[in-house]
Amino acid sequence: MNASDSTDTGRLDGNVLGGPLAELFAADLTVAIVACVHCGDQAPMAAFQVYADAPAFVVRCPGCTGVVMRCASDPRGVRFEMTGVRLLSVEAPPADET
Amino acid sequence: MSHVSRGFTGRRRDAPAGRLPPGQYDVGDGFPVLSAGPVPYTEPDEWDFTVQGQVDQVRRWSWQEFQQLPREPVTVDIHCVTSWSKFDTRWEGVAVETLLQDVETAGEYVLAFCDGGYTTNLPLDDVVDGKAWVVDTYDGSPLVPEHGGPARLLVPHLYFWKSAKWVRGLALNLVDEPGFWENFGYHNYGDPWKEQRYAGD
Amino acid sequence: MERTALRRRLTWQLAEVLAVTRETPRVRRIRLRPPDWPGHVAGQHVDVRLTAPDGYTAQRSYSIASPPSQPETELIVERLDDGEVSPYLTDELRPGDLLEVRGPIGGYFVWPEHADTPVQLVAGGSGVVPFVAMLAHHRTSGSDVDVRLLYSVRTDADVIARDELRPRPESAVVLTFTRDAPADWTGPRGRIDRELLVRHTAPPEQRPAILICGSTPFVEAVTRELVAIGHAAERIKTERYGGMGDTS
Repeated sequence: MNASDSTDTGRLDGNVLGGPLAELFAADLTVAIVACVHCGDQAPMAAFQVYADAPAFVVRCPGCTGVVMRCASDPRGVRFEMTGVRLLSVEAPPADET
Repeated sequence: MSHVSRGFTGRRRDAPAGRLPPGQYDVGDGFPVLSAGPVPYTEPDEWDFTVQGQVDQVRRWSWQEFQQLPREPVTVDIHCVTSWSKFDTRWEGVAVETLLQDVETAGEYVLAFCDGGYTTNLPLDDVVDGKAWVVDTYDGSPLVPEHGGPARLLVPHLYFWKSAKWVRGLALNLVDEPGFWENFGYHNYGDPWKEQRYAGD
Repeated sequence: MERTALRRRLTWQLAEVLAVTRETPRVRRIRLRPPDWPGHVAGQHVDVRLTAPDGYTAQRSYSIASPPSQPETELIVERLDDGEVSPYLTDELRPGDLLEVRGPIGGYFVWPEHADTPVQLVAGGSGVVPFVAMLAHHRTSGSDVDVRLLYSVRTDADVIARDELRPRPESAVVLTFTRDAPADWTGPRGRIDRELLVRHTAPPEQRPAILICGSTPFVEAVTRELVAIGHAAERIKTERYGGMGDTS
């Protein structure tokens, strides 16, 4: 599941992106399937590596550690880039959900 | 700004006037490690440093060759954009102008590149004339990987994100190419005394 | 399979702190009343934001410990000595304070309401908190899901949510003590390793839905072992906490 040998303790995962991304997107993207542009691997965003103590969240592929997204959220606002995402897929909610 | 959390001050401490740029605090004995990715581990026999790009000829030093270059101790204050500052940090290394000695270039900009893929850009003028070093020693000991070892760039007059960890070389450019944080909305130059944290500041 | 549902906009709100109680020497349980709480799913978290007088802010995420059926929202927070937020929450926060929170957040690491295979929870130290909510919800909702928890903790004094995690017929809770077990302890000892997992977790043939929570080293070591034992990687979900987690 995780090809990286390093288990740096400061590292978190995509679960922590739920709050900051909710400032931009109505859908919960932590369950979206994200394809890494560097290696092509796919996983739910929650399973991606998040380095959270730099000036911004840096999101990396659990397979190849390439940067897929960066997100900074502070009282000034939100900055978000996803140039490392080849594709992001969100399943439609069931018909009976609003 | 609306709510203030009763009794929360962050890690702030007062510091001697004049040494702290605006919006900074003195971190004292601490030395925070802020990482944007996994720590690279590069052995000396794998390491080299190159000066490349808009140059007459690529220069390259192995670790042994780098150790033979003239070096000097450097004691400076450093200022991180996340607002901590640390006074009188002691380093040792090679001045960048030593590495650029005899290099012929029309380039006015450098892009520092590093193990792990990090980059940061600076005007050439800001890494010469005693303003920047490639350092491999901190506080009298070899620089540890968590803090950028085996060698990092040290450019104390700018925010510390310009002092690139795990540096492996400088590419001289005719044009200014934004690096990792510069193309994510951080200031292209980064003068802590003008509080140039974000683009547009 | 998760669905992502459109929901109303998530904003910061000021929750009243109702109580801060001691759970273990380093852990506090914080009971909150957010003014506009839509209800939550067990496993979700909140973001907590602290603001200093000069405008400096610090923000962290904390799992919700209370089940959806409980009207007041509870967090359980471990003090990280070099933390920026947790020492404030464990040492300074008092009833009557206002705490800025955002939530509930997260649709990934949540209780699998309609699981048709066993649900295996594995926790290291304070990583047990989302499972406290899940087990309480399992009990109060009368769920017939076969749920088990393997919980690694340093010593008896470090056990969180002792009451909620009391062994019950409907949920198998197994503790392992990594530093010091109680004098009369006949259960597992030591860090969670392959042998402990083989002995105390649902085997791969049962195709359990696995949820692992704790420090990054803990979560990744346990994941590697479970995959080595034969569990499919797609059946494993993880949530990583900051800090060293359950290390001696």
